[in-house]
Amino acid sequence: MFDPIMYLKVFAVGGLVCMIGQILIITTKMTSARILVTFLLIGVALEAFKLFEPIRDFAGAGITVPIVGFGASLAHGAISAGEASGLLGVLTGGLTATAGGIAVAIFAGYVFGLIFSSKTKK
Amino acid sequence: MNIEERNAKYNAYVEAKMPKTKPWPSLFRSFWVGGVICCLGELIKDLCLYFFPYMTTADAYTWALISLIVLASFFTGIGVFDKIGAYAGAGTIVPITGFSNSIASPALEFKREGLVFGLMSKMFVIAGPVIVTGVVASIIVGIIYLFI
Repeated sequence: MFDPIMYLKVFAVGGLVCMIGQILIITTKMTSARILVTFLLIGVALEAFKLFEPIRDFAGAGITVPIVGFGASLAHGAISAGEASGLLGVLTGGLTATAGGIAVAIFAGYVFGLIFSSKTKK
Repeated sequence: MNIEERNAKYNAYVEAKMPKTKPWPSLFRSFWVGGVICCLGELIKDLCLYFFPYMTTADAYTWALISLIVLASFFTGIGVFDKIGAYAGAGTIVPITGFSNSIASPALEFKREGLVFGLMSKMFVIAGPVIVTGVVASIIVGIIYLFI
């Protein structure tokens, strides 16, 4: 807990992941939606090939905070629930694992969307 | 003028009008802002474990994500997120803050088109494809794992 070396690793890996995103934006002119989808799929692939856990053990929030971590927990949920309860687990596992994040994003987006008004862009 | 020639001319015009981002500074900016956001997540996780010793590490990480999502929505609401995003580029898009912003931003933007068909449906303009991709990919991976 509160280990400075860990924070250094989190900063380095998290920064690197974001910088890869920036390289994609510059070289391919991807929109942010495509960036999110691409990194989500990278996360699913990392989890599918069992590469995500070692990276998470090394870099902690540096890989779980990027959207890569969201994809990985979707895939992890589907795989582990599938092992426990078969096809039904595969269908329910992914969204169950990520329900907290999705629900809060919708709830916060709705509430703050009601409270605040968009400022007209100049 | 045939169509291909016209397209080429138009593309050149778009290229000339597009705001140029200098590659190297923008890489550096996305690196440090992205790194700081991830460190903030790690800090929230550590604080959760510090104040609630019985919490599991997985739950603490979920709380960290939830906190970042709420923060990003709030900063989108007060109009600060756009300014940070313009500075940091992918540094704010790639972390979960980008997902949160992609929901809150159209919610604000389209509120004037009504609550149901504006705010509620436009919320998912970007988040929808993300969730669809994630669910489809995870089910495919899960089914493959059932057979191996």
